[in-house]
Order: sequence, then structure tokens, then C-alpha cells
Amino acid sequence: MENEAGALSRVAGLFSARGYNIESLSVAPTEDPTLSRMTLVTTGSDDVIEQVTKHLNKLIEVVKVIDLSDGNHIERELMLVKVRAIGPDREEIKRLVEIFRGCIIDVTDKSYTIELTGTSLKLDAFLDAIEKSAVLETVRTGASGIGRGDWVLKV
Amino acid sequence: MSVELTGAEITIRCLQEEGVDCIFGYPGGAVLFLYDELFKQDKVRHILVRHEQAAVHAADGYARSSNKVGVALVTSGPGVTNAVTGIATAYMDSIPLVVISGQVPTSAIGLDAFQEVDTVGITRPCVKHNFLVSDISELATTIKKAFYIAATGRPGPVLVDIPKDVTQQKMVFAYPEKISMRSYNPVVKGNLKQIKKAVELILSAKRPVFYTGGGVILSDAAKQLTELVKLLEYPCTNTLMGLGGYPATDKQFIGMLGMHGTYEANMAMQYCDVLIAVGARFDDRVIGNPKHFSNESRKIIHIDIDPSSISKRVKVDIPIVGNVPDVLKELIKLLKSTKEAPDQTTLGEWWKQIELWRDRDCLKYDRQSSIIKPQMVVEKLYEITRGDAFITSDVGQHQMWAAQFYKFDKPRRWINSGGLGTMGFGMPAAMGVQLANLKSKVACITGEASIQMCIQELSTCKQYKLPLKIINLNNRYMGMVRQWQEFFHGNRYAESYMDALPDFIKLAESYGHVGIKIERPEDVEGALKEAFKLKDQLVFLDFITDQTENVFPMVPGGKGLSEMILV
Repeated sequence: MENEAGALSRVAGLFSARGYNIESLSVAPTEDPTLSRMTLVTTGSDDVIEQVTKHLNKLIEVVKVIDLSDGNHIERELMLVKVRAIGPDREEIKRLVEIFRGCIIDVTDKSYTIELTGTSLKLDAFLDAIEKSAVLETVRTGASGIGRGDWVLKV
Repeated sequence: MSVELTGAEITIRCLQEEGVDCIFGYPGGAVLFLYDELFKQDKVRHILVRHEQAAVHAADGYARSSNKVGVALVTSGPGVTNAVTGIATAYMDSIPLVVISGQVPTSAIGLDAFQEVDTVGITRPCVKHNFLVSDISELATTIKKAFYIAATGRPGPVLVDIPKDVTQQKMVFAYPEKISMRSYNPVVKGNLKQIKKAVELILSAKRPVFYTGGGVILSDAAKQLTELVKLLEYPCTNTLMGLGGYPATDKQFIGMLGMHGTYEANMAMQYCDVLIAVGARFDDRVIGNPKHFSNESRKIIHIDIDPSSISKRVKVDIPIVGNVPDVLKELIKLLKSTKEAPDQTTLGEWWKQIELWRDRDCLKYDRQSSIIKPQMVVEKLYEITRGDAFITSDVGQHQMWAAQFYKFDKPRRWINSGGLGTMGFGMPAAMGVQLANLKSKVACITGEASIQMCIQELSTCKQYKLPLKIINLNNRYMGMVRQWQEFFHGNRYAESYMDALPDFIKLAESYGHVGIKIERPEDVEGALKEAFKLKDQLVFLDFITDQTENVFPMVPGGKGLSEMILV
């Protein structure tokens, strides 16, 4: 979409006005600074997704809409988690972070801050694996997606 | 060396470049520089309304009756919030408008300044697009874009919010001749493969029906539609927004369809085997309950410029996205070049069935009544104006009677708020219609409840000598509310009685107009004739009508098209 003030609120407004659901949304300018790329995760029947796509296309500032889940695609989300890490838990958590190929990016004598990247499902799995009461704070970016292979989304 | 102009001068110059001859507005602090420039020129005429809602309705009526973009000018804050009802009305009916609003200076935005409101935020859900011009260098291009977006594709209102300091700053003026936007390229041509498929289906139909809407009017496709329908000899029904798209006096016209549509139109719609939908959107007032609608199987061809209107409420078989007149022309061309023709025997049987439905005479009412029947007033108005007036309406029973009993043979003659259903629309819209069609007869069919929602515009009509004929069907009730309360709420007429009505005659006279009160059926015709004789005067005709009259037929909310209540 055009990298213009108000474009994001048009998209958000469309979803709330028509009762569609936004699971996550991430947006930032692209290599062409006049354009922003947004990855929006939503759910709905085929009919609903068809309408969502059509209505997004109607927004004047939206340049192109593709449904990544129509084809092969890659999806990544970044999560930062602050966890309580005391005594024997410190080793256990570190091991878990290694299994999930995350890294600990900040340490105090009582806590770790963990950085983890992957599909949204992987991040969910990590949170499931860790002791619930140990989680002090989580922040997630929402998924960003791109098509697999040589295919490129061009304007 | 080019001369630098102020933002205010640039704005007015842009309007001149667009060929705008008339705008509707109300001044205020944030637009003072714009008004100052309007004052210094005479190409763009400004009509001063009495409330910003009326400015937008008037611009809307101007646009609907002329196929030009309507323009309104309002100030910041309350100027804009008053305009919102008008903007939403235009948005729901896809009317091309450019609304220019003043805004507090850029340095004050976000600081809760006097008369500040987040205009682009407030109007975002009810415009096709809106802009905040934060730099004078973008002003001319933005206005060009606004006109382009408003008038192309599926039309709609576009708002341009201009901060006061931008109207003061200076810049060399250059109005772009053309505009291209990578993110906005409305489709024009329909897909030929789809059109060919449609032709096959149309020719194979046994029980076909054309169902056409506001899209035919907006895209000026009445000519092509009429040619196509006559070529095929198929029946045709119009939606409330589509009236005039096909001549109502033609025998192939089966009336309006929908909640208060004719029996024959609704039954044909329900039991057809091929439905050709043109510039229409299957909305809830048209097909009733979509589940009941799809109980019968039929193939649907849907021609519309807006892809999101297709398969929204009803799944269609052959969608054709494109500009309606272009698609219809293509259909006509293909049909004329093919040797195949519809089976006349089955078509004849279908027409026989439709005539049986038509014989139910679903629009009958008591013509011998000693109290004025509202339907009779509309019929008389039709006769006296020879069906050639521009008719605007407000919202409610009178709107439905106008739609049922005034036979519109031409497009753009029937002007009403179909989508949003805005009471108060009728009179200001009629002002716009009259200003776009100076020599034509313009009547506003209204009720005593609706008319009071913008009654202050009687003053505007006086100032600009607009000789409207106000047909007030006065039944002392919010008639449609009362009807629903009678049918569905056990006759409990909660707050629907219009108590403490003004003396409309004296009210009209106090604004310098003529008022006539009509209480007996035998006086209806004479009063109407007298009113139209007064060519240069607004005449307020206050018809005291039957309080208990209901609009029939009626498809109750949530019911199907064949579940009509008849008289």
C-alpha cells in the first residue's frame, strides 16, 4: 500500500466496520519508501476471505492484495519474552531456548529476556513448553509473510 | 515568471477548471479565505444553505439529476459533523461528490483547537476516499484526484480537508490535466468470455427477468438497458434506486421489486430461472431473506462495476465486472449477431404467468374514500406533471407511494435516499435538482415528520427563488414507524404520533412562500394545478391524508419475496 498517513487506519477501519477479524497485522516501509507492505492474518470462510480481498482492493491506498495462503509461502514472527529465571530454572530455560533456536538477549539475576523467531505456531509452542507462571511479559510482532521460490510480488 | 496564488485562490481555480458552476455551503472561521476568493469571482456560484446537512444533500441532488460531480463547502468542527449525514447518504447511494472542509491551521491540529475535529477520521467510513492537505504543494493535485475518484468506477463522495494556513500560503498554480494513480484503476470493459457465457444463458432462459438498480442510472445506461430488454422481450423490474432506468409505462415493466415492490415483480424474481442483475446489489430491502431467496434454484448473471458487490449476499453464476453501458452494448452486439433466439413458446407461458400475478392488482386502494388517500395525491401529481417532473422524496411511507405511483420513464428523475434512508433529504435535494435543472418542474414528496428535519431550508429557497412544489402527505404520524408498530408491535404506537405540528401554511408564508391546505379528495387536483401555475413560487401543499393508510404489498423484514402481505 501507499506509505501514507491514514492508510493503516483505513485497513483497520474496514475490518472493524465489516465485522472481519484481525488476528495480527504487521506493517513497515519497503525498499521503495513510497510503499509499505502489510502482512495481515485473518480467518474466515472462503466467501468471507473473498469479500475481505475485494474490499481491501477497493481502498484507494491499497496497491495490491494477495492471499499468501493460496500458495507456498514462508511466515515468520518475532517474539520477545521476559521470564523469571532463578536457581535450577535458569539452566532448564536456557536449554529450552536452545531447542527452539532462540537466544537470550538480556540477563538479570532474576530473569532472562528471550528472542524467538518462527511461525506463529512455533512461538505458541514455546509458550506452551515453558512454565506458565515463569512468563513475566511477552511481546509479539505478528506474522510477516513472503511467497516461496522465484515468484515476486511486484507493483 | 508565473504568479503565485494563495491556497484559497488555488482551490477556487481548481473548481473553475473542473467546470463547477454551483456549490453549496456555509461559511465559518476555517474557510474564510476560501469564501473571500469566492466573493472575488463569478464563475462559481455559491448557494448559502441554512445547515451543512442541507449543503451536502443539495450537492447530492444536483449530482443525481445532472451526472455532474456535486460540490459542498463547509467549515471545520461542527460544519463537518453536520455534513456527515449528507456524506453518508451519498456514500450509500454511490453519488459523486467533492466535499471541501476547512480545518484548523496545521500547527493547531491535535491540540483540541477551537472548532477542531478529526475530519478524516470521522468521515473515513462513509466516503469513497478522503484527504487532509497538509502542504500547499499537494493542493491542486489532491483536488484533481478528488474529482477523479468521485466520478470514476463506482462513484462516491470524496472529502478534502484543508487547514486554514494552507489556504493562506502561496504557490504557483498548475492544474494537472490528467491524473494517474497506481493504486486506483477502475475496471471499464467487461470480460468478453463472461459476456459470451451470459449470452448463452440469456438465450436458453425459460423464465427470465431483468432486475436493475441504481448502477444503471449512475452510469447512464438506461438507453442500452431499454434496447436490450426490448430486443429480448423479457420482463424487467427496477429497484427503488433504479426507477427510470427502464420506462415505467412500458408493458414489459413489471414494477418495482422488494419490500414494497409489486406482487408480479417479487414473484417473477422468486420464480425465474435466469436472473439478469444489472447495477444492483441484492440488498436486504430487495430480496428479503437470502435463505428464502435461494430456496428456488435459478442462474444469476450479475453485471456491476464493483467486484465487492458480486456474491456478497447471493452467490452468482456469471459475474461480469465492468461499466454497465459498455457491457450492455457488448451484450446487444452479440445478441444481434447470433442466429439463436429465445424460445417464444416458453417465454409466452412465462408472460402469461406474470399477467396472472399482475391481475392481482396489488397496488389497489380505495379510490372512493372521503378522506384523501396519499396514493391518489401521487397519481394526480403524475397526471398533472405528465410524468415529466423531477421528484425528490424523504423517507417513509410517502417515499414508497411516490415510487409505486409516479411512473418514471426517464432516468435521473427520481431522487431519494435509498441506502441510508435519510429523513430530511427531500427538500435540500430538490434545491440541488432545481439549480441543476433551472427550467424544470421539481416536486418534493414528503411527510410532516420528514420535512421538519430540514425545514429551515425554506429560507434558502426564498433567497434563491427556487419554485419547488412541496407535496406534504400529512397523516400526523411517522407513517412507516406506525405501520410497523401496527403490524409487529401490537398497535402500540410508541412516540410515532406527530403532536404539536406547526401550521405549515403560516410557516411557508412566514418564509415568503405560498401555502395551501387540502383536506378533501375533490380539491387535490385543483390545488396541484394551482401550485404548478405559480411558476416562480415555492408552494407548500399540505395534504391532510388518511392516518391509517398502509403501504402494500409488504414483505416483512426477514421474510422471503413470496411471503408478501397484500391489501
